[in-house]
Amino acid sequence: MAKVIEGLYYSESHEYVKIEGEFGYVGISDYAQHALGNVVYVDMPDVDDEVEAGSEFGAVESVKAASDLIAPVTGVVVDKNEALDDQPELLNQDPYQNWIIKVELSDKTELDNLMDAKAYAAFCEK
Amino acid sequence: MNNRLYGNLIFELSQEGRRGYSLPKNRFGSYELPASMRRAEDAQLPECDEMTVVRHYTNLSANNFGVDNGFYPLGSCTMKYNPKINEEMAALPQFSGLHPLQPAETTRGAEAICTLLCKSLCELTGLHAFTLKPFAGAHGELTGLMVIKKYHESRGDESRRLVIVPDSAHGTNPASAAVCGLEIIEVKSLSDGTVDVEALKALLAEHGPEVAAMMMTNPNTLGLFERQIPVIQKMVHDVGALMYYDGANLNPMLGAARPGDMGFDVMHINLHKTFSTPHGGGGPGAGPVGVRQGLESFFPNVSPYHGNFAVAMRAYAYILSLGRENVKLVGPLATLNANYIKECLKDVYELPIEGLCKHEFVFDGLKDKSTGVTTMDVAKRLLDYGYHAPTIYFPLLFHESLMIEPTENESKETIDGFIRVMRQIAEEAKTDPELVKSAPHNTPIGRVDDVLAAKHPITTYRQLKADLS
Amino acid sequence: MHKYFPHTENDLKDMLAKVGVSSLEDLYAEVPQEIRFQGDYQLPSEMSELEVRQLFERLGSQNKQLVCFAGAGVYDHYMPSVIPNLLQRSEFLTSYTPYQAEISQGTLHYIFEYQSMMAELTGMDISNASMYDGTTATAEAVMMAVAAGKKQRKVLVSETVDPKTVDVVKTYAHFHGIDIEMIAAKEGVTDLAAMRSQLSAGDVAGVVVQQPNYYGIIEDYTGVADAVHEQKALFIMNSVIADLALLKTPGEWGADIAVGDGQSLGIPMQWGGPYVGYMCCTEKLIRKMPGRIVGKTLDNRGQRAFVLTLQAREQHIRRQKATSNICSNQSLMALFVTIYCSLMGKQGLKEAAELSYAGAHYLCDELLKTGRFSLAYQQPFFNEFVVRYDGDVDALQHRLLELGIFGGVKVDDHQLMFAVTEKRTKEEIDKLIELL
Repeated sequence: MAKVIEGLYYSESHEYVKIEGEFGYVGISDYAQHALGNVVYVDMPDVDDEVEAGSEFGAVESVKAASDLIAPVTGVVVDKNEALDDQPELLNQDPYQNWIIKVELSDKTELDNLMDAKAYAAFCEK
Repeated sequence: MNNRLYGNLIFELSQEGRRGYSLPKNRFGSYELPASMRRAEDAQLPECDEMTVVRHYTNLSANNFGVDNGFYPLGSCTMKYNPKINEEMAALPQFSGLHPLQPAETTRGAEAICTLLCKSLCELTGLHAFTLKPFAGAHGELTGLMVIKKYHESRGDESRRLVIVPDSAHGTNPASAAVCGLEIIEVKSLSDGTVDVEALKALLAEHGPEVAAMMMTNPNTLGLFERQIPVIQKMVHDVGALMYYDGANLNPMLGAARPGDMGFDVMHINLHKTFSTPHGGGGPGAGPVGVRQGLESFFPNVSPYHGNFAVAMRAYAYILSLGRENVKLVGPLATLNANYIKECLKDVYELPIEGLCKHEFVFDGLKDKSTGVTTMDVAKRLLDYGYHAPTIYFPLLFHESLMIEPTENESKETIDGFIRVMRQIAEEAKTDPELVKSAPHNTPIGRVDDVLAAKHPITTYRQLKADLS
Repeated sequence: MHKYFPHTENDLKDMLAKVGVSSLEDLYAEVPQEIRFQGDYQLPSEMSELEVRQLFERLGSQNKQLVCFAGAGVYDHYMPSVIPNLLQRSEFLTSYTPYQAEISQGTLHYIFEYQSMMAELTGMDISNASMYDGTTATAEAVMMAVAAGKKQRKVLVSETVDPKTVDVVKTYAHFHGIDIEMIAAKEGVTDLAAMRSQLSAGDVAGVVVQQPNYYGIIEDYTGVADAVHEQKALFIMNSVIADLALLKTPGEWGADIAVGDGQSLGIPMQWGGPYVGYMCCTEKLIRKMPGRIVGKTLDNRGQRAFVLTLQAREQHIRRQKATSNICSNQSLMALFVTIYCSLMGKQGLKEAAELSYAGAHYLCDELLKTGRFSLAYQQPFFNEFVVRYDGDVDALQHRLLELGIFGGVKVDDHQLMFAVTEKRTKEEIDKLIELL
């Protein structure tokens, strides 16, 4: 049973966003890392790049699969988790601790389009 | 094949001062490249004597398995026999010594082979003209799609940017379309594995004027003949799009049906599949593209000369060796071999779709999956018994795809031996599943750590040395 | 039955019975009658092996093997006997892409060696497992630059790049939606001032140059990499690989991608193919690189082993999002150049390049001495150069042809391009001069 954390917002493509003030930390859910298997590479955007809700901003690769990362929110990348460059397996170990990018949100109302923990848990059940 | 790994890299056999070459003396006087234009450090290439080099690569070859070693039922790859005469013909110095820019009056023989091969391919496919320029199957796909795009552009029909492919298509189809600046839409398959004509109808109704082409293999990637092809081609042509034939599965059609007669407008042929040229560990192949009359003026310039000419020579030697009497038996005999294996194994392996297959078919793993033995395990265990594995986990329609393609060259004894081993593995999966799951045991190396390789890529000797220190 | 078909009458009977059909024809019962192929193909009748041989030899005699002073991207180097001998080993020749690593270590191992050698020669970090040829490798590099960039759609290509390469690049670019803008040539070399101003116009994803360039000239690319990188574009350098044994490397010039043809490493000219394309790049770009890549790993017995890796870039996984549609590599030709580099080694490759260099300069001097030729460009060259001829170029070439000599590639009505490799002897050159 995949772990879902309260207080985060989730997308149907299994990204989450954790809000801290004007910023959102974006990563992939526990369900997503399970489905992918051993992550061997995370393709991340550069700081100052813009990401747009619903558009891809990178990819997560395992040995036999690759999955695009779809931004759950729109904004500017202010930080990326460089630890993932050397240790992509961190995503398997704890995907919620190990966010992928930090985004300065341009429109907080976009969060309304995402699921809360309960809705997402139900979504994964399906 | 050896069961002991030959493990040295040629770099590790190098000793300063050894040499494996002999060159004429410089009698031109002292001309020297100025120091300012020279590289700072020599390329760190190995220094070995000739015999060391010969032994090294001979020993390496012993860690390999080819068609000449044994049965190679790799689905969708058509691993047929590569006749030896073809190799000798391709190496004739009267051909191999030709510079591609030599004046035409000095290359008449080479030109004749291209002309004769193209003529033969037209006859065998029912199409009007071929270009030998594409270097490989995927390159042929790209070339064919370029022809189609140019055709539409020539008619001022610029909005056609979609290519319809069945959901079972080879991965190269969507990738080639993307390189060509086209987009893919998938059409679903029916439960019998063939194209869902109703779904196609709906797609065409919705996207008709934007559709550039439909790409198909026939038989499809499940080895099933698309019997609705007359209907499909008409529907596609009715909306103004063209039909593209992915020639990857052409082999069973020799002697049975021609893509041109099925209604296809453009196709590529993998000479390294249907026309017996060696796969060479992954190339060089050749992917000639054929078109219906009126499209030949749209051949794009995808390579500078005559494609992989020496590969084309081999293919023509093969066609001559078979001749019209035998070329028509290729498809039926390959098809017979495939169906025979299928019938002899379907009680122990899961056959998702019943009925006649063509040159290949797909099992969805073992029938009895209770011990957790997967298609991967079966494939690896086959290596222990001296067979190459079938294609696994393709097509993606099933979870445990095991795709088997024997060619027309395999004898009943070879096939019966394979069937016995496949049955034995199914038995082992029940009685000693660990033995199968931990296979292979008799090969030079065991299963490899893919994750380690992908996580910290070490792809050169320089990186390897740095990693050790 | 034919020698390629093992089926006896009894086999056919037994197998058809097991399948449950009564004839080979019935195996195609589901194929609609209207599209069934009936009758005979209009092809020659079966030929014996001897007849096949005789036909090829007869056709071969209609070709003319020439003493080759032509290059233009394809060079007449010597192929050591070891190579065809080893290349014909069935275990290499008749295997396919090394999907099953356990029984493909031979192939995987030599590809690793190949990658190492290409990286050494180009001075780059990494190499892929090879591509079709130099022209398509360049086109792939152009697409790679665009994919690696941030929405730039323009790639600049120097006019000193081989026009045949430019043609293929333009074909790919046209369909892929990339704008190719040519950088003018001046005195036979890339006009760097023009390049700078084109770069500063923006929207540039990559810049393609050639070294030595199409005319054999060794260009000075000082400062180019910085100018290109300033615009966040990639610097792509196409080189004649054999020359890199001596020349300043793409890596030293600051290239991001090094591509070209490997034919100059002893591969017979064979009327245009098969050759092998190489592609090397910086470590940073490894996941943007098209084609197969082999990496080192361990097996479950703790042994060093090699395996296809970083496959998530490729078409069979990423489908339309793959970095390229290329499916396999030009493996056997990669083996060819690997063995070539093993035999020639660190010293031999340099010596061969030095011989080619010396021979070309000797020929050039001798041509100039006749008083009828002059150098088209006052630039340093490697083993190929363009001369102006004060007479009729066509007539000259024709006369040489009659005497079994391919006297260079015609550039225009007044200019000829000559190439010399280590295979051309002093006698051959002196004879050429004499005939002039």
